[in-house]
Amino acid sequence: MRLPCPHCGPRDYSEFRYGGDAENPRPKHGTGDLQAWHDYYFVFNNPKGPHEEYWQHVLGCRRWFKLKRNTATNEVIGVVQP
Amino acid sequence: MSFRRLSSGGLIDRGKPVGFTLDGKSYKGLAGDTLTSALLANDVTLVGRSFKYHRPRGIMSAGVEEPNALFTLHDGGRREANIPGTMVELIEGLQARTQNAWPSVELDVMGVNQIAAPFFQSGFYYKTFMGPSKGSWMLYEPFIRRAAGLGEATHDFNPDPDRYETRFDFCEVLVIGSGAAGIAAALSAAAGGGRVVLVEQDSRLGGGLLSDAAQASWLNDRLAEIAAAKSIQVRTHTSAAGVYDDNQVVLVERRDHARPDPTKGQARQVLTMMQAASIIYATGAIERPLVFANNDRPGVMLASALRTYLHRFGVAPQSAVIATNNDTAYETARDLAAAGVEVTVVDSRDDAALAKRNDFRVLTGTVVANVQGRRALYGAVLQGAHEENIRCDAIGVSGGWSPAVHLTSHGGIRPRYDAAVAGFVPGGFAPTHFGAGAIMGTFGLNAAIREGAAAGAKASGGTGAQIPAAIGEDRAYSVMPVWMPPKARGKAFVDFQNDVTAKDIKIAHQEGYHSVEHLKRYTTLGMGTDQGKTSNINALAEMAELRGLPLEQAGTTTFRPPYTGVALGVIAGRTTGKHFRPTRRSPLHDWHAANGGVFIEAGAWMRAWYYNWAGDSAASAYVKEMELVRRNVGISDVSTLGKIDVQGPDAAEFLNRVYVNGFAKLPVGRARYGVMLNDDGIVLDDGTTTRLSETQFYMTTTTAQAGEVMSWLEYLLQMHWTDLKVHVTSLTDEWGGIAVSGPNARKALELCFPGIDVSTEAVPYMGAKEFTFEGAPIRLLRLSFSGELAYEVHTRADFTTALWERFIATGKPLGLKPYGLEALASLRIEKGHVAGLELDHRNTLDDLGLGKMAGKEKDYVGKALRFRPTYQAAERWSLVGLELLEPEKKLRGGAILFAKGDEIKGHGRGYITSVTWSVELGKTIALGLYDGGLKHVGEEIVCAFPLKNELARAKIVSPHFIDPEGKRLHA
Repeated sequence: MRLPCPHCGPRDYSEFRYGGDAENPRPKHGTGDLQAWHDYYFVFNNPKGPHEEYWQHVLGCRRWFKLKRNTATNEVIGVVQP
Repeated sequence: MSFRRLSSGGLIDRGKPVGFTLDGKSYKGLAGDTLTSALLANDVTLVGRSFKYHRPRGIMSAGVEEPNALFTLHDGGRREANIPGTMVELIEGLQARTQNAWPSVELDVMGVNQIAAPFFQSGFYYKTFMGPSKGSWMLYEPFIRRAAGLGEATHDFNPDPDRYETRFDFCEVLVIGSGAAGIAAALSAAAGGGRVVLVEQDSRLGGGLLSDAAQASWLNDRLAEIAAAKSIQVRTHTSAAGVYDDNQVVLVERRDHARPDPTKGQARQVLTMMQAASIIYATGAIERPLVFANNDRPGVMLASALRTYLHRFGVAPQSAVIATNNDTAYETARDLAAAGVEVTVVDSRDDAALAKRNDFRVLTGTVVANVQGRRALYGAVLQGAHEENIRCDAIGVSGGWSPAVHLTSHGGIRPRYDAAVAGFVPGGFAPTHFGAGAIMGTFGLNAAIREGAAAGAKASGGTGAQIPAAIGEDRAYSVMPVWMPPKARGKAFVDFQNDVTAKDIKIAHQEGYHSVEHLKRYTTLGMGTDQGKTSNINALAEMAELRGLPLEQAGTTTFRPPYTGVALGVIAGRTTGKHFRPTRRSPLHDWHAANGGVFIEAGAWMRAWYYNWAGDSAASAYVKEMELVRRNVGISDVSTLGKIDVQGPDAAEFLNRVYVNGFAKLPVGRARYGVMLNDDGIVLDDGTTTRLSETQFYMTTTTAQAGEVMSWLEYLLQMHWTDLKVHVTSLTDEWGGIAVSGPNARKALELCFPGIDVSTEAVPYMGAKEFTFEGAPIRLLRLSFSGELAYEVHTRADFTTALWERFIATGKPLGLKPYGLEALASLRIEKGHVAGLELDHRNTLDDLGLGKMAGKEKDYVGKALRFRPTYQAAERWSLVGLELLEPEKKLRGGAILFAKGDEIKGHGRGYITSVTWSVELGKTIALGLYDGGLKHVGEEIVCAFPLKNELARAKIVSPHFIDPEGKRLHA
């Protein structure tokens, strides 16, 4: 399976690390709202189908990016532009 | 004599004899033989004993589907078990052994299981061992393990001397299988110009065409075209083991035939991760046996196998009965008859017309009901329109053909039952996958060629190529399956490798194991090395009939990779031993090795554990090394620390956010100890960061968390704080570090760096100084892990050894010596510094006694969740110091802590993280986590280590065992 590094192009998945769910927006730095951080850090959907997640090209250029991937088929839908 | 080598025919070289042994006995085969064809040519038909009943078994097939003729090959570390002899190319000197028989296949003691057979029918294991008396499993297991089972793995502790490799590769079109459809597909795809790879598990291209002498010229012409086509790469001896996401196909190539020499770097097997833009499955079909009594006797073979042995290897029996329910077996009968074999066809279909077309005897409306002979058959017992016994050397059976759909369903698409084929065909394809030929149920050669050519065009996105037609008309298939066995005495086998009979399936049905998945697990059907390639459909069909369901509603079990057995060696590839993961070495590694350093693995790093100047074991040496640091001065290698350069106009703001304590106002030339949290408020890491200029910081992390912290900083900067102008760069490998510790540390610096002012005014506690020495940049940081006056001297990796040697040489008058990791880690316990054992990703700042460090007014990562109620609970386990009260006893890391009077049971109230002998206090001390922490200072507790049945009394104290005011640091 290959993932599209926005900097290097398609590379084997073994060059990447998974960085977790990217669908919960991270509360802004300094937000003191316990509930917001709780929801961000602990509450996830676990969809069967398209899913946005963080990946890092850790054994390459070290670029982090958001990837949309189908969790059921591993089809790579594409990099989510910030 | 029943089987013999014919005087002509076959793709073998009669001028090149090849010697091999079976169970130590020598035989001769010919170049081009497989192990099984050579054995048949020597009239060896009994080659193993069956799994449960130890019944005599022979060679059933000529391909990967072989359930019985499994051998153990080679010796010592090269030994391989359960290899189908049908796939082993004969090489000079090959050593093969039969399996599952003792003392020999002819006289097998375990054959007594045949008498005990009623106990071994389906569900035997479940009923006996999973029932009310679980103890019986303990009693019988050793016996059963020895009696059952196939070949044994090597017991030789010498590693396999051979080399196995892993590669990545790419192609436009991958064609799996090189029969008529695969060849047509490859040639047609190649017309598109892209790179085509044609893989074939056999040693030769051709698939079924190799068993059909009439197509020899068509095949040879196409092979010449393939050889001439630059864009087609052919890989024989290569099986497609599995198809994975994103069209990645695992190909396993075996090279035993080429006699690879590992000392020359030649690989015995190569695993290729093939990334294919599109895939064409031309995997063909596998013939099914018929189910009748004693259908496992040596000499009962697939009809197509008889044809393969005849055409490819020039081996045939003297006489044969061909039992069939379809037209394809007539080709075998015709070819065998033409080669002088006495042939009788027994056809279950009641169609008188079938008899008339042939010049051999055909008995229609008749089936083989039983077999005469035990270790070798001598006759077939017929039932139906013709009830007679026919003497013969072999019975060729054809119960129809099962398309080899396995790979197509690895992606999760279930096969679909096709009644016209009487078998499962692919249930669909991903958009870049195509099928052609027998796998689709297309059994005619010309139809397969057309289908292959069309698939090649589609897969390559081109127009394809015209592929010449095969010689002659397409054959009919006309299958009429009969699933239930004829009534006769004797076991009628469905799964030969697992000894599952038709009766076992009936029992499974009676006992309610109806679904195919339950059937499989209850009877072990379809398990083993052949994964039911010959047995699945017969079993599913019988179950469907017992349930009164059409086959398509009975379902099929899931096919999973690998398609055929794969050696563990090739999955590991070269990642064995030290190649399993890279070894990291400090720039000082060679110095330690040459100067009495003894190494210990710490994560991926090799670190100097202790030096033999101090003793010849870690237990004795570390105490002396600790004394050196407490009383004089020592140097230690801290190059493994994570080192990160943080630069940019917002660098101070960035660090102020990631550390719990303030960094925004850290002056240039000063260092600060900092602690980072995860978003959930758990401690991530600690370390010291130095401000080199307004916009540049030099961060150190713990050795263990260096990679994690680097990724974390990058994550925050790239994904969340994109407004901050900061860049982080790892310097871990580029810079080395030397800790200089002890009351005489400053003197050691003065001797090492004459002319550099290292006075406490110039470099105060937590001060830093940058200078150039002998052309190399030096970062001198005054910070202490041991609690003594101490410095870290960081420099370029390539200058680190020269600097270290300079410290050793100039420090000689002081008595400066190196100290290792054990002493380093013990000194910090005395000081009460937390390290990896305490920073275990489960503890909060407050648990570790670091809560006061956190800035009250500032914001930092993890601040909000740090204050959630569970983390603020009073009963949390938190950091304490411990002093052993019974000097003759031991404290151990991991010991469970109990309050005095507690019952010693369960998880206790905490545990010990780190233990050392304190040279300062003259007693054993420890750090640990204890329920309520320092509220219990002064209390006596019990440290239990149940693994060694030890109990020791200890007292809870402050973790700062030495110099709690920090006077020494400021000296």
